[in-house]
Amino acid sequence: MTSVAHATPGAHGGGAHHAPMSFWRKYIFSTDHKIIGIQFLFVSLFFLLVGGFLAMQIRWQLGFPGKPMPGGGILPESMVVNGVILPEYYIQLVTMHGTFMVFFAIMPLLVGVYANFLIPLKIGTHDMAFPRINMASFWLALLAGLIMLAGFFVPDGAPRAGWTMYAPLSARPDLSGVTIGQKLWCISIVALGLSSVMGSVNYITTIINHRAPGMTWFRMPLSVWALFITAILAVLALPVLQGAAIMLLFDQTIGTHFFDPIAGGQALLWQHLFWFFGHPEVYILILPAMGMVSDIIANGSRKPIFGYHSMVFAIVGIAFLGWLVWGHHMFMSGMNPTLGSTFMVSTLLIAVPSAIKVFNWLGTMWRGNLRFHVPMMNAIGFVSMFTIGGLSGIFMAATPVDIPLHDTQFIVAHIHYVLFGGSLFALFAAIPYWYPKMFGRMMDERIGKIHFWLTFITYNFTFFPMHIIGMGGQMRRIYDPTVYDFLKPQQPLNVLISISAFALFASQLLFAFNFLWSLKKGKRAPQNPWDDNGLEWSLPNPAPHGNWEQIPNVYRGPYEFSAPEAGNADFLPQYVKLPTDRDPAPAIAPAAGH
Amino acid sequence: MHWWFPTAASTFAGPIDGLFTAILIITGIAFVVVEVGLITFIVRYRARPGRKAFYTHGSTRAEVIWTAIPAVTMVALGLVSNHYWVIIKDRKSVPANAYHVGVHAKQFEWQVTYAGPDGKLGTADDFTVRNQLHIPVDQPIAVELSSEDVVHSFFVPAFRVKQDAVPGMHIVAWFQATKTGEFEIGCAELCGMGHYKMRARVFVHTPAEFNAWMAQQAAGGTE
Repeated sequence: MTSVAHATPGAHGGGAHHAPMSFWRKYIFSTDHKIIGIQFLFVSLFFLLVGGFLAMQIRWQLGFPGKPMPGGGILPESMVVNGVILPEYYIQLVTMHGTFMVFFAIMPLLVGVYANFLIPLKIGTHDMAFPRINMASFWLALLAGLIMLAGFFVPDGAPRAGWTMYAPLSARPDLSGVTIGQKLWCISIVALGLSSVMGSVNYITTIINHRAPGMTWFRMPLSVWALFITAILAVLALPVLQGAAIMLLFDQTIGTHFFDPIAGGQALLWQHLFWFFGHPEVYILILPAMGMVSDIIANGSRKPIFGYHSMVFAIVGIAFLGWLVWGHHMFMSGMNPTLGSTFMVSTLLIAVPSAIKVFNWLGTMWRGNLRFHVPMMNAIGFVSMFTIGGLSGIFMAATPVDIPLHDTQFIVAHIHYVLFGGSLFALFAAIPYWYPKMFGRMMDERIGKIHFWLTFITYNFTFFPMHIIGMGGQMRRIYDPTVYDFLKPQQPLNVLISISAFALFASQLLFAFNFLWSLKKGKRAPQNPWDDNGLEWSLPNPAPHGNWEQIPNVYRGPYEFSAPEAGNADFLPQYVKLPTDRDPAPAIAPAAGH
Repeated sequence: MHWWFPTAASTFAGPIDGLFTAILIITGIAFVVVEVGLITFIVRYRARPGRKAFYTHGSTRAEVIWTAIPAVTMVALGLVSNHYWVIIKDRKSVPANAYHVGVHAKQFEWQVTYAGPDGKLGTADDFTVRNQLHIPVDQPIAVELSSEDVVHSFFVPAFRVKQDAVPGMHIVAWFQATKTGEFEIGCAELCGMGHYKMRARVFVHTPAEFNAWMAQQAAGGTE
C-alpha cells in the first residue's frame, strides 16, 4: 500500500485485536462478515441444488407425462405411484421450486453472501455495524430454510398453492388438501423476513456510517450502490410479506377470514399484499446482480464504467419505480381495468432505466481491451440474457398482449431469463471473481470456461422454447399439457425443453465440482488476481479477520482502469496514493467495535 | 409443430396478435442492436498485447439518446396498448346488445348458466350445463364470472380471452367469436390438485343452430 498511514480517531487496528478463537467461534457462531457471507454461500448453494432437483422432476412430468420417472421408486406412495408423479406431488414441486429458488437460493446468494462479504471490504471497514445481529440473521435464514424443507416430511406434504400462495386456496386446508405444510410456509417466511430485515438494517447502517476516509458516495463501486438500494427495498418490502403471511397463518389456524370471502374477506387482498412485496422483491433479485456485473465488466474491459452517474440513477430509478408496478401481476385478476392502465404505464417506464444499464454496459466494452476471464464471460452472458428477459417483459406489460400470455409458459420463460439468465449468470461471474478473496485460491479457469459454454447453450435450449409453448397457450402449473387438444401439437417442444433442462442440470455439476475441488486444490491466488481497483484487493487472500490493521484512504473512484496517470499499468486502485493526491479528511464516524 | 398463437377465432385476436407482432419488431430491433453490439465489441476489442483501452467516463449525449429513445417508444406503446385495453376490458366496454351467460367456476369444473325463455339470467327458468359453453357466432357474448371456492381463470386461447373468476366477486368479460366450431376452455390460475383437468369446451354455432340448441335445452335439459 502506498497510502500514508492515517490515524483515524477511534478506529481499532484490524487483526491485531483479534485473539485466536476456537473453531466454533471462528467458523460456526462467527460474527465476522466474511465468514457469515461464506456460511450463506454454502447454505444457499445447497438450497439451489434442492430447487434444481425439484425442477428436474417438474420437467420429467411435463416432457414425459404419465411415464415412470427414473429413480421415482424411492419416493413414497403419497408422491409417486409406480414411478409416476401424482398431481398433488406435482403442485408441491412447482410451489417449492419457486419458493426455494426465490427465497432460499437467489436472494441469499446475492444479498446474504455478497452484501455481507463485499460491503465492508469494498467501503473499507473492519466489519458490519452490528455483527451480532448479522450472525442472528444467518441462523434465522437457515432455520427458515429448514422449516420450509420440513414441509416435504409432514403429513399431506409441502404446500400446494404455488410460490405466490394465492388465497383462498392457500388459506383453506379443505380446498388445498394441505394442513401442516401450508402453515410451515407462513412460519418460514416470517422467519426469513426477519432475517432479511436484520441483514438489511446492517447493510444500510454500515454503508452510511463506516465508509473509509475518502470513500464518498460517488466513489462507491456500483456493486455497493446496488446492494445499498437493495437493502432499502428489502427493509421496506419484507415486512409487508411477513404481515401478509401472518394474516394467512391466522386464516389457516384461528379462523380469521382475511382472504376468504365466505366470511367477508377479500381474495384480491392477498394478491395486492403479496405483489406489493413481490415486485420490489424482483428487483432485490436483480439489482445486486447488476451491480456486481458492472464491477466485473469494467474490470474485464479495462475501462471505467460508461456513465457511472447514470448507472447509479438507473439503480435508484428502478428501485423507485419498482414500488409502483405491482399491479402488473394482476391485469387479469378482476382488479379495475383502469388501474391496469396505470400499472401498464409505470411498468413500461421501468424499461427505461433497464435500457440505460444495458447500453452503459455496452458503452463500457466499447473500445475496451477485453480480457475474457471466466467472470467476464459470465458477465457478458448476463448482459445478453438479461436483455432477452427485459425485452420479453414488454410483451406482458402491454396489457392487451398480456391477455393471452398471462399465467402461461411465456411468463415462466420471462422469469427464468431474468432470474437464471440474469441473477444466476451474475453469480457464476461473482463466485469465481471473489473466490480468491474468500478462500485464498482460484477456481479452475478451464473448467469454468467449459461450464460457461455448456450452461449458456443448454440454458437457451431450455428456456427459449418456453416462450413459444406459452404463446401456444400452455398454462402454468398444469400437471399434464396433453390433456388439452390445442396443446398436443407442441408436445415435442416440451420434450426438447426437458432434455435440455437435464443437460443444464448436469452442467451445473461441473460448477459444483470446480467450487469444491478448488477449495483444497485450486491454484494459490496472487494478491490482486484480476488487476482490480477495489479496496478489498489491498488485503491478502483470504482476507484476515477484522480486515485491515489500518483502514486505507481512498483517493479516487472505483473504475480508473487505463487512466493516463497509471502509467504503464492499465489499472489504478482506489487506495493507491499518487504524488498529486491529497489525503482525505479522517472519517467522522468512528469505526464500530466488532 | 406449432409456432404461433392458437387459431384466431374472435374479434380480439386481430388487434392482440397485431400488437404482439409490433412489439416483436420493436424488441427484435433492440435485441439485434444489443447482441450485435456485444459480439462486435467482443471480437473487435479483445485484449491484444501493447493495446490500451480508450479512457473515458461516458458521454452525456449518448446517455440522453439512449434514455430518450426507449422513453418515447414506451410511452407510444403504452398509448396504443391502452386504446385496445379499454375496448377489450373496460367495464363500460361490454356492448349493450351482448348475449349474457353465467359461468360459475368451482374445483374443478365450469358451470355454464343460460337464461331460459324469459331471456334473463338469475330467474327460475335458467338452466345450467357443465363444461360446455354454447354461443352464437358474430354476436357479442358477455360472460358473467363467479367462483365457488378459489381463484380460477377463464381462458379461451382461440378467442384471446382470459379473466380470473374470483370468489366473492362478479366479473363480466366479453368477446365476439368470428368462427364456428369447437374450441377449448382451460383454467389458467392454479386452483388445486385438479387444476390441469379443469377443461371445458366452447361450441360456436351459427345463429340458427344456436337457437335450435337453446330450444332443445329449454325443452328437455332444464335442471
